[in-house]
Amino acid sequence: MNDLLWIIPAAPLAGFTALALAGRRLPHAAAATVGVGSVGVSAILSFLIGGLFLLYPPQDHAVIQSLWTWMNVAGFAPAVAFRLDLLSLLMILVITGVGFLIHLYSAEYMRGDEAFSRFFAYMNLFVSMMLILVLADNLALLYLGWEGVGLCSYLLIGFWSDDPANGAAARKAFIVTRVGDTAMAIGLFLLFTQLGTLDIQTMMQRATQQWPAGSGLAVAAAALLLIGALGKSAQLPLQTWLPDAMAGPTPVSALIHAATMVTAGVYLIARTNVLFTLAPVVQSLVAIIGSATLLLAGCSALVQTDIKRVLAYSTISQIGYMFLALGIGAWQAAMFHFMTHAFFKALLFLGAGAVIISLHHEQNMLKMGGLRRQLPVTFWTFLIGACSLSALPFVTAGYYSKDMILHEAWTSGPAGLLPWMAGVAGAFLTGLYCFRMVFIVWFGEAKTGATRAPGWAIHIPLVLLAILSIAGGFIKIPAMLGQVGSDGSVGPVGSEWIFQITALGFPLLGIGLAYTLYMRPRRLAQTRLQRPILDGIRRWWFVGWGFDWLYDRLFVMPFLRIARANRDDAADLIYQGIARLNLALHRALRATQSGQVRWYAAGIALGAAIILGIVVVT
Amino acid sequence: MTGIPPEHAILLAAILFLLGLTGVLVRRNVIFILMSIEVMINAAGLAFIVAGAAWGQPDGQVMFIFILSMAAAEVSVGLALVLRMYHCFKTLDADAASKMRG
Repeated sequence: MNDLLWIIPAAPLAGFTALALAGRRLPHAAAATVGVGSVGVSAILSFLIGGLFLLYPPQDHAVIQSLWTWMNVAGFAPAVAFRLDLLSLLMILVITGVGFLIHLYSAEYMRGDEAFSRFFAYMNLFVSMMLILVLADNLALLYLGWEGVGLCSYLLIGFWSDDPANGAAARKAFIVTRVGDTAMAIGLFLLFTQLGTLDIQTMMQRATQQWPAGSGLAVAAAALLLIGALGKSAQLPLQTWLPDAMAGPTPVSALIHAATMVTAGVYLIARTNVLFTLAPVVQSLVAIIGSATLLLAGCSALVQTDIKRVLAYSTISQIGYMFLALGIGAWQAAMFHFMTHAFFKALLFLGAGAVIISLHHEQNMLKMGGLRRQLPVTFWTFLIGACSLSALPFVTAGYYSKDMILHEAWTSGPAGLLPWMAGVAGAFLTGLYCFRMVFIVWFGEAKTGATRAPGWAIHIPLVLLAILSIAGGFIKIPAMLGQVGSDGSVGPVGSEWIFQITALGFPLLGIGLAYTLYMRPRRLAQTRLQRPILDGIRRWWFVGWGFDWLYDRLFVMPFLRIARANRDDAADLIYQGIARLNLALHRALRATQSGQVRWYAAGIALGAAIILGIVVVT
Repeated sequence: MTGIPPEHAILLAAILFLLGLTGVLVRRNVIFILMSIEVMINAAGLAFIVAGAAWGQPDGQVMFIFILSMAAAEVSVGLALVLRMYHCFKTLDADAASKMRG
């Protein structure tokens, strides 16, 4: 069975090839069958292989399937090899499972779109690249997947290219993540030159042997990989692209910009965790960045009016939690939160998408309201997703994963105190912005009527993801799945009850505040919060703490100024000089071509005289 | 046939040649240009004769016969061209035919 591992990424790739070559001629139904079916094959295979893997654990808890040597140049010989272990198993289960549900949903969501088959071609390519990324046995192959998903993200954000704003958002996403990707590529060069291999397991072994903890090279390598992860996972300071990435179709936001691709950075750090353990400075930096990001993004999510932007900022914030967990060494907690987040955030995005198409592509929450009677299935599933996101105690998956992160932070001594405080404050913010969204969209008086009721292809993914958002926490698989390293269990701490009360209380507090502000008297939010200072803060948070403005001033405008100053390219001067010289020579020679016979005769006579002179003299 | 030193005869040929060349360069009328060319050709012929006489060899006279026949051919072609030119431009001014200017 394990020999079939290669089919998991190959099936969506085949789907992409078929759709890319024949997509235009296929009817929509056939394109949907190919697109959804190929991911379905991967999903079924993943579950079969995963089940066997868990029932009969192989030696070393890893299966490696080596297909062929990619290239062999002067000792650099990365293989196209897939490695299945507990970490990549968790990833492929989530990618293919959630990916399949989102593909099914897209079949209805994108119905009637002109470029229907192109959409599924891109989506299939994305799934394939993402699977290559997580299954890759060496960092070169991982980088192939890493760039592949970046390309698909670009293509899908700008999918509706009629609107120039979508193209701009796509370019922004591509360029900002490129900053991180470049750093990561340099990191790979450094690792290869120092350790002589890109094979992850060998590399980690050599790193522990060659580099003492905290050595400069280990810090540099870990920092470069971290920058790559920051770009891909939209963390501070490279977070600005994700809110704009919402220009893409909603299933894209659910699959790429919530469930899978943006967590690639988390995966990368978990995968190379040995490096980060060797560089404690960088690891604590991961925790700090995660804490800062989750708070900043949480505040921005509070004041957004576009339903998808709320979810985008929420995604940044939740990935901040994962980085926080990675930073304090809680690898399993990070992967557990990745899993539950994939469930409930995909659910929320798909629910938002159902609302958006029911209202003819209306995304402004303030124009929604009282939709719970019109779209009951969507409402209940969305509510479950929101509860899971805001970590409603005991019943939701989000509670267990967030609780695990906070618990790890609480028990990891003084270093974990600040991250813990940020996490608790973030939990409060999450409850607040999440239920602000719920109350505004689903409760209150109806403002617009839903015109188009979603069909079964939308309802089935919603219901299944809702079930997973609840049950994903009960299985408590992190103990077994997503295992990335040794983990010393920590005994109960005396002040355990303080921790429990805060962990339980803060999300509820946030939800309660959301209720008083946005539910009770509807005017409270509109009158009390209208003071100038508050309004200024609101606007500041609305634009994402002004990072776009700052980057515009710091990078974009100076660059444009330089480009403008250098409009007549300095390097071109040489070539223009050659052209000018030739032109001048041409003009001079043209003057001799006077067309008058007598001048020619004079020329001939002069030439003859000169030649004769030369002959005589010499 | 003694008495004329070859230097003098060569000098005469050179003077004739330069006169002809000056005529070619200075004259604008095509007929006169042709006549000046004849003068130059004959100057060259004279130089051959003188050289042949100086060395006592017949080659100089043979060359002169060649030059003479070539000059006849040249004149016939040249006059034909002059006729065509007059037909096209209604003038014999050589500078008028300057359409080939670059």
